Amino acid sequence: MTGILFLEQSLNSLQFGLMLFLLAAGLTLVFGIMDMINLAHGSLYMIGAYLMASIAQATGSFWMALPLALIATAIVGALLEISLLRRLYERDHLTQVLATFAVILIANEGVRIIWGNQSLMLNAPAGLTGPVTLPGGMQYASYRLAIIAVGVLVALVLYFLVTKTKVGMLVRAGASNREMAIAMGVNIRRLFTIVFATGAALCALAGAMLGPILAVQVGMGENILILAFVVIVIGGIGSIRGALVGALLVGVVDTMGRAFLPAALREFLSPPVASALGPALASILIYVLMAAILFWKPQGLFPARG
Amino acid sequence: MKFKLAAIVAAATFACTTHAANELKIGYLSTLSGPAGAIGVEIRDGFNLALKMAGGKLGGLPTEVIFADDTLNPETGKQLAERLLKRDRVNLMTGVVFSNVMIAAWPTIQQAKVVYVAPNSTPTSITGQGCNPYFVSAAWPNEGHHEAAGHYAKSKGYKNMYLIAPNYPAGKDSTTGFKRGYGGTIAAEVYTKLNQLDYSAELAQLRAAKPAALYAFLPGGMGINFIKQFVAAGLSSEIPLVVPGFADDQDIIRAVGEPMLGIFDTSHWAYDLDNDANRRFVSAFEKEYNRIPSLFAEQGYTTALLIDNAVRAVKGKIEDVPAFHKALMAAPARFKSPRGDWKFAHNGTPVQDYYLRVVAKDNKGRLVNKKIGTVVSGLADFWAKDCTMK
Repeated sequence: MTGILFLEQSLNSLQFGLMLFLLAAGLTLVFGIMDMINLAHGSLYMIGAYLMASIAQATGSFWMALPLALIATAIVGALLEISLLRRLYERDHLTQVLATFAVILIANEGVRIIWGNQSLMLNAPAGLTGPVTLPGGMQYASYRLAIIAVGVLVALVLYFLVTKTKVGMLVRAGASNREMAIAMGVNIRRLFTIVFATGAALCALAGAMLGPILAVQVGMGENILILAFVVIVIGGIGSIRGALVGALLVGVVDTMGRAFLPAALREFLSPPVASALGPALASILIYVLMAAILFWKPQGLFPARG
Repeated sequence: MKFKLAAIVAAATFACTTHAANELKIGYLSTLSGPAGAIGVEIRDGFNLALKMAGGKLGGLPTEVIFADDTLNPETGKQLAERLLKRDRVNLMTGVVFSNVMIAAWPTIQQAKVVYVAPNSTPTSITGQGCNPYFVSAAWPNEGHHEAAGHYAKSKGYKNMYLIAPNYPAGKDSTTGFKRGYGGTIAAEVYTKLNQLDYSAELAQLRAAKPAALYAFLPGGMGINFIKQFVAAGLSSEIPLVVPGFADDQDIIRAVGEPMLGIFDTSHWAYDLDNDANRRFVSAFEKEYNRIPSLFAEQGYTTALLIDNAVRAVKGKIEDVPAFHKALMAAPARFKSPRGDWKFAHNGTPVQDYYLRVVAKDNKGRLVNKKIGTVVSGLADFWAKDCTMK
C-alpha cells in the first residue's frame, strides 16, 4: 500500500517538476544569455493560459488550440522583446526589475480588461478527464500522465536543440561568454529574440497544460514565477540541465513535503501542533532546500559559466 | 437659573437625538475577483436583486452601495474598509466573504461605530466571546453547515471520516463543527494552503487512507479544482464525498458539470424549497441573471431584505445603534425569507433548519441541488454560549 502511495506521489512530483521546468527553461536562458532579469516571465505564462482557454473555447478542441496558443504567445513574447526588453539589456538589474515589474502590472490589468475578473474555465480534452489504471492496479488521473509525457518530450527536444543544433551552439556560447560570442560575430540581437520567443512559447505550454488542473486567472503567473526563480537559482543560472534538475528537485520536495511531513510530525507531536506546523513547514521546505544548496554551491548545481 | 439649566438640558438632549439619515450609504466590501471571486459575485447579485426589487430603496431610503474588492487579501480588506468608512463615510457595512478578511477589517468597522450585516459566515471569534451589537449575520453561524453535515455522516453510520479544509480560521471552524455533529472516529484531518489549486498530494494520501467517507470544506475555486481532481483521480467511485452546501452549489456545478452528480451536502436553503418567498426569489433571479441561484445568492438577497426591514422599523435612524440593533434582531419575524422561518440567537447569528441536498437533474435536464430532507431543525450557533451580550 505504501509502495503505491509512494509511486503516486512520485508521479505527482514528476508532473509538477516538469511543468516548473517549462517555465524555468525560458527564464534561465533569458537570465543566463542576456543577463536580464525578466519578472514578466510569469505574465507570459498567464497570457499563454488565457489565449489557450479562449482559443479552446472558440474552436472546441483542446489539441487544436494548443499550437495556436503557443504560436500566439511566442509572437507576444517576441514583440515584448523587440519593443521594450531590448532597450534594457545594457541597463543594470534594478532598472530591469522595475521595468519588467511594470509589465506584470500592465499585463494583469490588460487581461482583466479583456477577459474580466472571473477566472476562465479550461477543461481537459475529452478522453483524458478520468483515471487510468496503471500496471500494479494503481489508478492515476490520465491528464496528469499526459502532462508528464509532454514534459518529458519537451525536455528531450530542448536537449536536442541545445546540444545538437547550430542555434543551440550559439545559445550555449552566449550563456557561457556573451562578449566573446559577440566578438565572434554572432548576430546576438536575432538570437535574443529567438530565445525570448521560445521561452514565451514554453511558458504558454506550461500555462495551457496546467490550465485544466489549476485555474486560469489574473495573477496566476506571480505565484509560479517565484518557484521558477527558485528553480533556476538551485540549478545554476543559464543552464538548461540545471533547470531540469532544479525543477524536479523542487517538485519532489514540495509534493513529498506536503504529503508526508504532516504525517511524520504527528508521530512525535500532539495533533493540534502537528496540524498547525505541518502545512506551514511543508510550504517553506523548498526555500530551505534553496538556502541549503546556495550554502554549499553558491553558483547553483550546474553553473553555466565556469 | 432653573430655566437656563432646563434650556441647556433640552439643547443637549436635542444634540444627542440622532437625525434620521436621508440616504442609506452602504459600504460593500467583498471578494469579487480571482477563483474565489465567484462567491462574492453570487452574494452581490443576490443583494443587488433584492435592492432592485425594492426599487433601489432599502427601508424606504434612497440607497447607494459602494463596492470594494478585497481580492481575498486581508491587508487590502482592512485598507478598503478604512476607505469606505473614513472617506466615503458609509453608514452601514456588509459584503465580506472570507473570514480572514473579516478578522482584519472588523476592528476598523467597530471603531467607526458602524453596524455590519454579514451576508456570509463569520468567524467564531466575532460571534462568540467578541460578540457585540455592531454585528448581525443573515447567513449562518460559521460551523452551522459543518455541524449539520456531521449529523448527516453520523446518521449514515460512516465508520470513520477523512477531513480536508484550508488552513485558515473558517477551515479550522469547519472541522470543529463537523466533529461536534459527527462524534465518531476521524481517520485524518488535513489542512491545505488557502487558495491551493493542485490537490494531487492530498488525493494520493486520501486514496491510501481508505476512509469510509470524505468531508471536504473547500470554498469557491478550491472546491472546483478539488472535485474535478477528485473525480479525475478515480476516487469518486471509491469514497463517498460529503460537503457543506456551498461547496457543491450552482456556481461549482456550472464549472464542474456531470462529475458532480450524486454528491450529498447540507444547506440552510435549497432552490426547490417550498415557500412563496423562495419561488419569487428563484424566478426573479433566473430572469435577471439567466442562471439558477446558489445559496450564496440567497444570503445576499436575505441580507438586503433584513437591512430593508430594520431600516424601515427605525425610520432611517440607523445611527442609533442600540435601537437599530434591536430592529435587526426582531426583523426575521417580520419578513419572509426564501430560506423559510428563522430567528436570531442573542449573538446575532441565525437559528435555522438545515436540509440534505443531492446534486441531480431536474425535469429540464439541468444539474441542480435538490432538497431530499431535513437534517436538523433550529440549529443554533454553539459559540453563542460564550456571548455575554443580552
